[in-house]
Amino acid sequence: MSTVNIKGITKVFPNGVRALDNLDLEIKDGEFFALLGPSGCGKTTLLRTLGGLESATDGHILIDGNDVTRTSAGDRNVAMVFQDYALYPHMNVKENIQYPLKIRKYPKDECERRVNMAAKALSIENLLDRKPGQISGGQQQRVAVARAMATTPNLYLFDEPLSNLDARLRLEARSFLKQLQRELGVTTILVTHDQSEALALADRMAVMELGKIRQVGSPVEFFHRPANLFVASFIGSTPMNLLEGVVQGKDLKIGEAKFALPAHVSKEVSTGAKIIMGVRPEYVSVSKSSGSGVFSGKVKITENLGTHYLVLIDADGNVVRGTVPDGSEPSIGEVIHFKPDPERTLFYDTKSGELI
Amino acid sequence: MVTEIKAGSRTDKSGNAVLRGGAASFFLSPATIIIIIFLVIPAFWTIYLGITNYRLTGFSAVDPEIIGLENFRRALSDPAFFNSLKVTFIFTIGSAILGQAVLGFFLAWILFGLSKRVRSTVEIIVIAAWMVPSSVVSFLWIAFLNGDVGTLNAILGSQTRWLIDYPLESIVVFNIWRGTAFSMLLFAAAVASIPKSHLEVARVAGASRGQQLRTIVLPAIRPYILTDILLITLWTFNDFGPYLITSGGPGQETELLAIFVYNNALRFLDFGYASSIAAIMLLINLILSLIVITTGKKRSQ
Amino acid sequence: MEKSASERITSALFVVIVSLFFLLPIAWLFLAPFDGQPTYRLKLSDPSLNNFREMSQNPYAYRSLLNSAIFSAGTGLVIILIGAPAAYVLSRVKFKGRDVFLYFLLLFSSVVSGSAAMVPLFLLALRFNILDTYHGVIFILAGGLLPAAIFILKDFTDSLPRSYEESAKIFGASSFRILKDIVAPVIRPGLAVIFVWAFVQSWGNFLIPFIIIRDINKQPAAVMMYSFYTEAGDAVIRTVAAFGLLYTIPVLLMYFYVNRKYGFRFYGGIKG
Repeated sequence: MSTVNIKGITKVFPNGVRALDNLDLEIKDGEFFALLGPSGCGKTTLLRTLGGLESATDGHILIDGNDVTRTSAGDRNVAMVFQDYALYPHMNVKENIQYPLKIRKYPKDECERRVNMAAKALSIENLLDRKPGQISGGQQQRVAVARAMATTPNLYLFDEPLSNLDARLRLEARSFLKQLQRELGVTTILVTHDQSEALALADRMAVMELGKIRQVGSPVEFFHRPANLFVASFIGSTPMNLLEGVVQGKDLKIGEAKFALPAHVSKEVSTGAKIIMGVRPEYVSVSKSSGSGVFSGKVKITENLGTHYLVLIDADGNVVRGTVPDGSEPSIGEVIHFKPDPERTLFYDTKSGELI
Repeated sequence: MVTEIKAGSRTDKSGNAVLRGGAASFFLSPATIIIIIFLVIPAFWTIYLGITNYRLTGFSAVDPEIIGLENFRRALSDPAFFNSLKVTFIFTIGSAILGQAVLGFFLAWILFGLSKRVRSTVEIIVIAAWMVPSSVVSFLWIAFLNGDVGTLNAILGSQTRWLIDYPLESIVVFNIWRGTAFSMLLFAAAVASIPKSHLEVARVAGASRGQQLRTIVLPAIRPYILTDILLITLWTFNDFGPYLITSGGPGQETELLAIFVYNNALRFLDFGYASSIAAIMLLINLILSLIVITTGKKRSQ
Repeated sequence: MEKSASERITSALFVVIVSLFFLLPIAWLFLAPFDGQPTYRLKLSDPSLNNFREMSQNPYAYRSLLNSAIFSAGTGLVIILIGAPAAYVLSRVKFKGRDVFLYFLLLFSSVVSGSAAMVPLFLLALRFNILDTYHGVIFILAGGLLPAAIFILKDFTDSLPRSYEESAKIFGASSFRILKDIVAPVIRPGLAVIFVWAFVQSWGNFLIPFIIIRDINKQPAAVMMYSFYTEAGDAVIRTVAAFGLLYTIPVLLMYFYVNRKYGFRFYGGIKG
């Protein structure tokens, strides 16, 4: 069993930078958890703090209920895979995988057993006597994972493990990693700046910004209900539409378009207030007529995304993105009407950025 | 209930994750000890001795007294000292700055554009001059400059007694020959570090090799130039090597400061005076370093 | 790179003249030892190995070469064993003014070369009772070379990715273990270069043993060579030629070996 509990963790660097700001987080046993955010948000710092490479200025870390905040890195029984894999170039693959076992003074036959187990799981048995410089990037990554696995840790920490792979390899590695984690069932925390990766891999995830956690939840929650503007703009391969409008009674006026506000929203806001409407382009489709609940405007740009087109229109000065199925690409300058799906539309407070 | 976490309890003050204070000190201490005992202490001791009248024999050996700036005053009125100073400056400027740096740079620059084979061959030759031990090299030059049958005279068809009639010039040329390798290697690294695209843009724009050199290469390698000049100036200023060729002579014509110190210390056994000269050398070194470093800082602003 | 014909000619001329300049004085070293009647002249008139025979009759010739080897290897080892850990620490631990400190130390060692500090070094050796000893010379030489060695080695360790050590740390390795298993093997080229550099510097160092060593049995070749030719007379040229060659060869060999294996370059850090 290895749950991870983070209580009130704060990390202030000697130069005054507050990398982690009073974080609370709970990660369940066996979960594949992703830490997502832009550079500088603190996700890597948090990972390193969990691993013991950084010490928290304040707060506690509990692994399986044990307070490990002051335990040194080597004694926490966690394994970390670094972005550059950190394979020792002067040792061959087998020696690399074996190295942590040698440090822990496992007997020779135990070392052999573990190395073989890990090599088998990662399908790298045939690479054992090669040197890291002689194998491909994808293979190096597997060796790094195998090395982590050989120590049968309670917790895996992955620091951007896929970012050094080229695009195609990355997708393969992604599926492989997901499957592996499911089979092993060991709690895994992964740091990434790639939101599609986090959404694909994680059981649950957290988005961080400037040392704080902005939202925690499952990928589905993130995609459908981002809790604030930061998360909303961060998640999703295509940027979410975030449009500011003025409240008029029970409606929201954005440019010339008018949208009915759901009950729970209209009771929080008053006429004249400015709020932001958010809706993904995937849930904005072409409507035959104009009228209430529709954006109308001239097509400015179309992007071919394979199965559909991303179409950008100018609706009274507002840029609205929507999708159009393959085969009905509109022409530039054509006037079309976009209707956002009311079920998928969210509203945000302009000042706080939070969901209403 | 909740115990206080000590800040930085497991990474040291600099945030380093791997080296703890204990290991770091352990790794650093042997080097620190040796450097302090055999480098730092002698440096300060030199200054101290410079203000005493310490001699290895006689009364002052038993009971050296601090005679203050007496030694320094003596130096300032000692024509031998000024001669030595003059000789050393000519030697330094001539062989280091004008010689090694310039030659080293041009070698690096020209070889850079030639084939690897040619470059390796020439480099080996130049480096050999640097590598051959000083006592051997000194004799080789004694032979080379020999008045009767030395190779130089054989080539020139003359019978000049170089080491007797032109001793200072001889050791200047000798030192250029001896030390160019370092500058060459340093500038080779410097030139190699210039992004090829910078030079190609200039070439496409029509710049001649000379213009490329002046406007792109030299500015790009300025830090290297300064480092080189600094190091070779100091090394040359303090150099004792020519002693093995001329012993400071004939007379005192090639009595570099290092040789002057040696003569006073281990021949005349006047440790106090010798140390004061050495202390003056240290001071000059300091001034030279400051000059080069501030020149570097100033221009880059 | 395209060059005009005139450029190519001047380059070629330059290279040839410079090569000759560097080659000619050394040429004697490879001819005279094998010349039956060696003089200062550059010639090979009567090929024979007599000079070596004559040199061998000098009781101190081979002994001094051995002494040089002891001094040089000793200094090289001390430099590596002591300099590498220090360079590693200085590379990983940042303190305010660290770079300035290193630069200053480097300058300091260039300034306080043997010549400027010869009196105190002599007195120091006297007081500590290491005058006329092997270890005395080794430590003094090491002291002078350590700053530069650390400066260069630090550069090698700087380029070692921190993730290597951090991953080992998470596996539970101690700092010492990390240094031994991971840092040292990876910077081995740097260690080799520094060892050879320290060896060569010591092999050729004249002044320190000249000041410190009194016993002729402990004199290294550097001083022995000098004593061979400061006695006047042609007869000495035989010994000088043969001995000079023998004394020089190890250094040239080491250079070629390191150059072949690792390339003899001062990696970065030179910019200052």
